[in-house]
Amino acid sequence: MNDRTLRFRIDGVPIDARREQSIIAACDDAGVYIPRLCYRADLPPGGQCRLCTVNVNGRPAAACVTPVTQAAVVENATPALQAHRKALIEMLFVEGNHPCPFCEKSGDCNLQAMGYRFGLSATQFPYQFPRHDIDASHPQIFLDRNTCIQCGLCVRASHADGKSVFAFENRGARQRLVVNSPLGLGATDLDVADKAAAVCPVGCIVVKHTGYEKPYGTRTFDEQSIGSDIESKRIPVPAPKEGHA
Amino acid sequence: MTFVRAVAPPLTAIGQIVANARGDPTRLMDVLVAAQAHLGSLADETLAEIATELKIPYVDVVDTASFYAFFSRAPQGRCQIRFSKTPISMMKGALEVVHAFERALGIRIGATSTEGVGLSWTSDIGMADQEPSCLINGMVFTNLEPADAEPIVRELRAMDAAGTLPAFPSYGVRATFASRKAGCASNVVHPGDVLFGPREKGSGLRAALGMTPQGVIDEVTRSGLRGRGGAGFPTGMKWGLTRRAKGDTHYIVCNADEGEPGTFKDRVLLKEACDLVFDGMTIAGYALGARTGLMYLRAEYAFLFGDLQNDLADRRRLGLLGPNAGGHASFDFDIRIQLGAGAYICGEESALLESLEGKRGAPRDRPPYPTDRGYLGQPTAINNVETLACVTRILERGAKWFAGFGTAESKGTKLMCLSGDCAKPGIYEVPFGTTLNELLDLAGGAAAEAVQVSGAAGECVAPKDFGRGLCYEDLSTAGATMVFGPQRNVLEIVLQFAEFFADESCGWCVPCRVGTVLLKESIQTTLNGHSTKDDIIALESLATTVAKFSRCGLGQTAPNPILSTLRNFPQIYESRLVPANAVRIDVERAVEDAASIQRRALLDQVSS
Repeated sequence: MNDRTLRFRIDGVPIDARREQSIIAACDDAGVYIPRLCYRADLPPGGQCRLCTVNVNGRPAAACVTPVTQAAVVENATPALQAHRKALIEMLFVEGNHPCPFCEKSGDCNLQAMGYRFGLSATQFPYQFPRHDIDASHPQIFLDRNTCIQCGLCVRASHADGKSVFAFENRGARQRLVVNSPLGLGATDLDVADKAAAVCPVGCIVVKHTGYEKPYGTRTFDEQSIGSDIESKRIPVPAPKEGHA
Repeated sequence: MTFVRAVAPPLTAIGQIVANARGDPTRLMDVLVAAQAHLGSLADETLAEIATELKIPYVDVVDTASFYAFFSRAPQGRCQIRFSKTPISMMKGALEVVHAFERALGIRIGATSTEGVGLSWTSDIGMADQEPSCLINGMVFTNLEPADAEPIVRELRAMDAAGTLPAFPSYGVRATFASRKAGCASNVVHPGDVLFGPREKGSGLRAALGMTPQGVIDEVTRSGLRGRGGAGFPTGMKWGLTRRAKGDTHYIVCNADEGEPGTFKDRVLLKEACDLVFDGMTIAGYALGARTGLMYLRAEYAFLFGDLQNDLADRRRLGLLGPNAGGHASFDFDIRIQLGAGAYICGEESALLESLEGKRGAPRDRPPYPTDRGYLGQPTAINNVETLACVTRILERGAKWFAGFGTAESKGTKLMCLSGDCAKPGIYEVPFGTTLNELLDLAGGAAAEAVQVSGAAGECVAPKDFGRGLCYEDLSTAGATMVFGPQRNVLEIVLQFAEFFADESCGWCVPCRVGTVLLKESIQTTLNGHSTKDDIIALESLATTVAKFSRCGLGQTAPNPILSTLRNFPQIYESRLVPANAVRIDVERAVEDAASIQRRALLDQVSS
């Protein structure tokens, strides 16, 4: 440990981090998984989904936007935090219309996979059944707001592309994804090779003509649970020798 | 030989509006306000033209224009009547007033009449001491009764015919109404020593400019002044942090986005003592090394805009603003007022900064804090209207004098806004530490059964706690004090607050965007008598998720009315519960509902 590194503990596990690093990035490097839906290491954080909320020295904070601090005590996988996270996942399921059994993204969908990881079988909340139009105006990309979780990844990715294809309109429960033309996605400069076309974690932004290329049952989360790629990086800590606390 | 003169093409209306904002995209709020005042609404083509003129993406203009309640993308009438919807307005008869306006215009609320008059509800407009109230194209009407509808509508028709009806927002452009209900009273019922005590105008500012900037900060620190907007952050510390932070320039921002339901103290201060506020901003500017002060004024208070602008013009004439402000060589300082457009969230300081920069009012993640990187990325101190007014008095009379009022942790006096079931609603300036009982006695509200302290985001307090002191270390409050008598249904009040938060959630984060809607539905279910004990346990759990996981103060405090009534008034929930095994569907009622939706009569009604 040099003076450029900080050490903190998450659920008792010591983690070394670089200064300015966020808690989630440091934990990803160390193989400790904090659930998330709106964070990607290659884009600036947005803090929308709040799934990565952890207790930092007893206070809740989103791990994606909270920098590590020396000697911080972080709680992550406590039963209470997991219960709140499960509630957030349920909120997303009732807020939109999620036809998992026939959705093109099924098996590759982060929301669905997160539901499985948290053992979600049914939701306790009433469905909101919003009405959304589908935007198929783009020749290569399909936009279906029914499954949008408003994570903002496409907005941030489009900025990274040097464009401004996506943003949000309205506020609160009426907020929805909007595109950079009143005429629809087809009138924007979104290219199928753009990052913004590739980052959607659910079935909202889908590339056309590739549907169901990979059959159900053989997709990413059919093989392994979400987060297991990060957890597999974890170097098991050897059991402390007797006499050493 | 011919001379060819280069002539710039004539500016379009939007081009002129953008030019007035110097083509600056961070002034998008001003551009949208002016465009709507000119065109009546903000159609997609208008937004596209604004985007082109400002050289920013169309989608960014849509983002901002669609966020604020007072912007309309759909065509709307010449005249917009917005009724304040709050627990206080509802118990003072707002619904009957709205029905009278509906009859006078022949339309339902939410619609626009053929002659172009629109009726709608809006969140609390800061008139809790004189509800029911409404805004008509930015002009305020108070103490409304159903009988007022006909004459007001008649006057509006005459003005429209004569072309003298000011467009929204009026920017202080006012029409003269014969109706006695036009305008609002200040209702300073109980003036105290600090803010409404006798004072020597301008002496606080003079005293400050005779000190070093650090000396001013030290004096404010010694006074023990803490933020009056609710959070109670020590003002001297905030200024010290801002002054020390590195930046190209520094800003002082006055938060006049007083949106908390039941609060109206800033409205009264800006009307009765705006010199205290502007002096306070100037003192802050001097202490921070700022050249620019910004006041973010909520759209609901647009009727104050004209007078405030006139006051600023007077100050410039007197040399209190501008180069060598206050006669102090090398102190250049001026103040600009930014009008909001209807969004409670903009009272949250980082959302306010976003709005000041022309964006939607979505809060920022912290760190960085505004004291490090605030307005346009520069060190910024954001202070409440009342805080800045206190600063002026502290510099006039000294820190020691100020600290002589209040308690150990809460120095000075506090403006309390009394409304609801009390004989004398209005402003009460009392020393910190005054108990709720003492305040209720002053206001003639001793019969209270429940008091909502510090607005919708505050706490619902039962009589057993009326002996508690109003101060940061006990019952912390930003001033709103809504009094509810024994005849009120507290659960209905909880529902109205829940609706308020669902309407005002910015939508950025999941727990607040979805959770506030689910909380509202759950309270409605309980009020309808369809909840079991398990539903109440689930309600408490959901409320905790929203409070703990939300991104900003709005979501974190939105469940407070629910959590505090579960704690202090459990009987209002228990009395409505049904047994877990009860049939929760009323079959007859469901059949009747289905019949009415299908516009069919039930058999027994047909035969009878």
